[in-house]
Amino acid sequence: MTEPLVTIVVVEDENNIRRFIKLALESQGFQVFEADSLQRGLIEAGTRRPDLVVLDLGLPDGDGVDFIRDLRTWSEIPVIVLSARSAETDKVAALDSGADDYLTKPFGTAELLARVRAQLRRRSRGATGTPLAEFGSIRVDLVRRTVERNGVPIHLTPIEYRLLSYLIGNPDCVLTHRQLLKNVWGPSHVEDSHYVRVYMGYLRKKVEEDPTRPKHILTEVGVGYRFIGA
Amino acid sequence: MTSDGRPDPDQLLARVQEEEAKAARGKLKIFFGASAGVGKTYAMLGAARRQKELGTDVVIGVVETHGRKETEALITGLERLPLCEIPYRGSVLKEFDLDAALARRPALILMDELAHSNVAGSRHPKRWQDIHDLLAAGIDVYSTVNVQHLETLNDVVSGIAGIRVWETVPDRIFDEADEVVLVDLPPDDLLQRLKEGKVYLPQQAERAIRNFFRKGNLIALRELALRRTADRVDDEMLAYRRETSVATVWQTRDALLVCIGSGTGAERLVRTGARLAGRLEAPWHAVHVHTHSSEPEVERQRIVHALELSASLGAETATLVADDPVTALVDYAREQNLSRLLVGRDHPRPWRPWYRSMADRIGQAAPDLDVIQVARNEDARAARSPSTAAPAPGNWLAYLKAAAICAVATGLATPLAGVIELTNIAMLFLLAVLIVAMRLGRGPAVASSFLAVAAFDFFFVAPRFSFAVSDAQYLMTFAVMLSVALITGQLTARYKQHADVATQREARARALYEMARDLSAALLPMQIAEACDRFLSVEFGAQAALLLTDAGDHLQVETVSAKGRSGSPPIVDEGVARWAFDHGEAAGLSTDTLPGSPLLYLPLKAPMRTRGVLAIAPRDPLRVQGPEARRQLDTFASLVAIAVERMHYVEVAQSTLLQMESESLRNSLLAAISHDLRTPLSVLVGLAESIRLTQPPPTDDQARLAGTLKEEALRMSVKVNKLLDMARLQAGKIQLNRQWQPLEEIVGSALMATAAPLAAHSVSAVLPDDLPLIEIDAVLIERVLCNLLENAAKFTPAGTHISISAAVRGSEVDVWVDDSGPGFPKGREEAIFEKFERGARESATPGVGLGLAICRAIVAAHGGSIHAENRAGGGARFVFSLPRGMPPTTAEEIVVPADGGTP
Repeated sequence: MTEPLVTIVVVEDENNIRRFIKLALESQGFQVFEADSLQRGLIEAGTRRPDLVVLDLGLPDGDGVDFIRDLRTWSEIPVIVLSARSAETDKVAALDSGADDYLTKPFGTAELLARVRAQLRRRSRGATGTPLAEFGSIRVDLVRRTVERNGVPIHLTPIEYRLLSYLIGNPDCVLTHRQLLKNVWGPSHVEDSHYVRVYMGYLRKKVEEDPTRPKHILTEVGVGYRFIGA
Repeated sequence: MTSDGRPDPDQLLARVQEEEAKAARGKLKIFFGASAGVGKTYAMLGAARRQKELGTDVVIGVVETHGRKETEALITGLERLPLCEIPYRGSVLKEFDLDAALARRPALILMDELAHSNVAGSRHPKRWQDIHDLLAAGIDVYSTVNVQHLETLNDVVSGIAGIRVWETVPDRIFDEADEVVLVDLPPDDLLQRLKEGKVYLPQQAERAIRNFFRKGNLIALRELALRRTADRVDDEMLAYRRETSVATVWQTRDALLVCIGSGTGAERLVRTGARLAGRLEAPWHAVHVHTHSSEPEVERQRIVHALELSASLGAETATLVADDPVTALVDYAREQNLSRLLVGRDHPRPWRPWYRSMADRIGQAAPDLDVIQVARNEDARAARSPSTAAPAPGNWLAYLKAAAICAVATGLATPLAGVIELTNIAMLFLLAVLIVAMRLGRGPAVASSFLAVAAFDFFFVAPRFSFAVSDAQYLMTFAVMLSVALITGQLTARYKQHADVATQREARARALYEMARDLSAALLPMQIAEACDRFLSVEFGAQAALLLTDAGDHLQVETVSAKGRSGSPPIVDEGVARWAFDHGEAAGLSTDTLPGSPLLYLPLKAPMRTRGVLAIAPRDPLRVQGPEARRQLDTFASLVAIAVERMHYVEVAQSTLLQMESESLRNSLLAAISHDLRTPLSVLVGLAESIRLTQPPPTDDQARLAGTLKEEALRMSVKVNKLLDMARLQAGKIQLNRQWQPLEEIVGSALMATAAPLAAHSVSAVLPDDLPLIEIDAVLIERVLCNLLENAAKFTPAGTHISISAAVRGSEVDVWVDDSGPGFPKGREEAIFEKFERGARESATPGVGLGLAICRAIVAAHGGSIHAENRAGGGARFVFSLPRGMPPTTAEEIVVPADGGTP
C-alpha cells in the first residue's frame, strides 16, 4: 500500500446502526474499529490512533460530551457526532466541547460518507494552508486582507472580515454561536448571540448571491453555522 | 440644597407622583363663604348649569335650597339622585346614597354642605369622606363650605362669634381641593338679605343665630374667609413657582414639634400647631411624654384624643416613655430635626417661686431650639372635666395603706421604746417609708414621710405623746429624717416606676416575639388564626377573625378560625371587610370608615399584595383606640400579612416543584419513546442504503427496492417526528429557547430543509431589508415554516409558485406563505388547524393532518396567532404573526477606513 490506511473508530451502542456504518465506511476503503460503550470507545481511540471518530451521543455508560472533552486533551482528530432530532442543546454542548460536525438520525449513508470525506479533506488541507481562498465568485486574499467578487473589490467591516476569515479557516465544520463569538468578538461577548446572527446577515448580503438561499454560509438552526468552501 | 436654581429631583418626583394620582381622581371644587347666606349654593348651581350647557353629565347628589325661589329655579332641569332612607331610632332619615352615586357614575356631582355629618348608620360618618370616595372613583365634585367649619379655624371662630360649630372639615380637604371659589358678600348686603328673609334660619335656634349675624362678627368672618383663601392662592403660587421653577425652590424645614402635656388646652395647642405648620409649609410632629405610671383614665383619654386630632390634621404622632419630659422632648426634636417646639403655657405658680415652666426648662436644656408658648384655653368647656376633681378611689386607698404601714411601724417600735436608741427607732420609720414608696408609689411615699416624722416626734421623742420637743437637737433629727425619707421615697418610687415600665415593655416585647415565633412556624391558615387569637386576647382582650384571599385574589367570605377557640367567633360584616380589602385601608371601629361597626378591620398588606383582612373584636373598644395601639395593631397586621404571604409562596414553590418533577418525568418518557421509535428507522434507512454497497453489487431491481425501502422509512420517520412533536407540545408547557433572531436566516434554513419536497415548485422569498430581530425559538419557528412549505408543496400542482413574505404590522411581525393551488373549501379555515384534520376529506395526498396543529401550538406558545385564508387571485395564504418585542441593540461597529479602502 502506497497510502496509509485511513482508520475510523465508531462508538455506537446500537448493533444494527454500528453495522451499517461500518459497512458504508469499509466500502470506501476505510479501516473501521467498533466500540459499543464510552469506555470501550476511549480505549479504541487511544490504541488505534484513528483519523476520525464517529460518536453517538446517547451512550448507556456516559455522556458523549465527556468523551469529546477527554479526547480533546490529547488529540485534535475530527469527531462527527450522531444525535437524535430535537436535541439541539446536546449538539451545541458537543460542538462547544470540540466536536466538528453532527448528523441527525435517521441519516443516509451518502450523508455520512460526505461528512466523513469533508472532515478528512479538511485535515489534509489544513497542512498545506494556502493564503488564497475562493468560493463561488468570491476570492479572499488572506495575506493582503482583500475580498473580491468577480474581480471587483468589496468592502467588509473589520468584524465582517474577521468573521469571514474564521469561517474560511474552519470549512465544513459546524461552528456554534459561542465559538464564533469567542473567536471573533472576544471572550467577553459569548452571551450576545444575536451579534453573530446580525453580522452573519450582513456578511451574507455581501458574499452570497441570494442571501435567503445561501450556498456558502449555511445556518444550522438552533446550533450554529457551517461554511462550505467548495 | 438647591443652590443652582434647579428644582430638587425629589420634589419633582413627588410632584410627578402627585400629578399621576391626581389625573385618575376626580376634581374637587369648593364654593367657600364667610357665613350662611352669602350665596354659595346659588353660585354652585350656576356653575353646574354652565357645565351642563357644555354637555357635562351633571347630577345633584345633595342640595339644600331651604325653600329659596331663586335657588330652586336653578335646580329645575338638573338630574337629582334619590336619597336613601336610613332607619334611626324609630324614625326614618334621608341621607345621600353613596352607592347609588358610584353606580350612576356622573361626570360631575353636586354635594352641598361639605361639613355635614351623615346620619348614623351611613357608610362614613362625614360627608367629606363620601366625597373622598367619589373623587377616588374619578367623579368631579362641587361642594360648599363656610369658614367656621374648617377644623383649624373652628376655635378661632368660636372665640370671635361665641358659637362653636361641631361639624368640621379637616383642612387638608380644603387645601387639597383642586379649586376654591370664594363667594363673597359685604356684611351690609348680607344683613339686608337677612332682613328680607332671604337667609334660611332654623326656627329653634333663631335667637342664637340672630346674635351670630352681628355686623362685627360678619366682618371678622369675612376677613377670615378672605385670608384663608389668600393663603390658598399663595400655596398655588408656590406650587406654580415650583412647577415652572421661576426661582430657587424654597426649602423650609422649620418643622414643628407640638408637645402635648397633661391638663387642659391640649386641643387648642394642637390646632395652633397645625395652623402654624400649615403657614410655614412645614411638617409637624405631636408627641406626648408618658411619665406617670398611672395617669387617670380621663387624662389618658384626653391625650389620646389630642394625638388622634393631630394625626387627623396631618401630624406625625408619637408617645414617648421617659422619666424627664424635657430631655425626652429635646432628644426627639434633635432626632427628627425639628427646630421649633410648641408647648402649652404653664399656669403661674406664685406659691412655688422655684418652679420653672416647661418652656424655661426646654430653653435651658437646648438653647438652640425655638420654644413657642401657647396660651391654654381657659374657656375650654369641653375640656373641663372631672379630671381636676378628687383623686380616684384607688388613690385614696393607697394613702390609707401608707398610713396603716406607718401605724404598724409605730406599733412595732412602741415596746422597744427605751430599750433601743431613738436613732434606731427613726431607722424603723425610714424602713416603713421605703416600703410605702416601693409598694404604693410617689404620692403615698411623700405623705408617709411626713407621717413618719410626726409619729416619731409624737410617740417617741420626749416629752412623749406630744409634738413639743424638749431638746432642740431633735429638730435637726426631724429635718434630716424628713429629707432622708423624702429622698429615699422619691428614688425608690422612681425605680419602682422604671421597673414597672420595663416589665410592661418586656411583656409587650415578649408577646410580640412569641406571636412572631408562632407565625413563623405556621404552615396552615388555621395556625395563623390561632396565633392571632392568642396574641390579641392577651394584649388587647380581643377576638380575631381572619379572612384570606382565594387563588384568584378575591377575598373569601368565610373566616379562617382557630381550632379549639373558646366562644363563638366574632360576626364579620362582609361589606366592611371587602371595603378594607379593596381600599387597603383600615375600616370599622375607631377609623374614619364605618366607625359604628363593633369590629376593627385591618387589611393584611404584604410586600406583594393585600392578602386578606384581619377583623378584631375587642371586648373594650377603648383598648384598640389611640395612635399607639393602632400602630401596634398595624405592626401586628403586617406581620400576619407576611406570614400569610410566606405560606402562599411555600404553596407556590411546592406546586412548582411538583410541576418540574412531572415535567422531567414526561421529558424522559418522551425521550425514551423517541429513541425506541427512531432507532429502528435509522437502522432501516442505513441498511437499505447499505444493500447497494454489498458485493456482488445488487441488480437494478434490487437497488430500486432498496431505494423505495429507504424513502418509506424516511417518510415514516417524518411522521414519527410530527407525532412526537405534537406529543411534546401537548404534554405541558412548551419550554421555548427564545433568542433574538433574524427571520431571514430561519427562512433560509427552512427553504434548504424543504428543498426536496419543493423541488417541483418555484419558490421565492420576499423579506424587507429592515425587518427587526424577533425573539423566537428558531428551531420551532423553522418547523412552522417547513410545515407550511411542505403543505403548500403537497396540496398544489407541480410547477406552481410558492412565496414567503414578511412585514411589520404594528407591534407584530407577520409572516405568510402563499401558494397558487386550489385553496381550501370555504368555511374550513379554522378546522384545518385541528389535529388529524385535512382540507379535503377525500384525498389521495398522504398525511395525517398534524402539521398545521403543530404550527398553531408553536405560534401560540410564542404569544402569536396563525390563520389561513383563500387569496383573492386564487390559492391559499397561511399567515402567522409574532410579537415584535423590543430587540436588543448591537453595538455599532466603528468603521475605521482601512488602507486602500478595503479592510
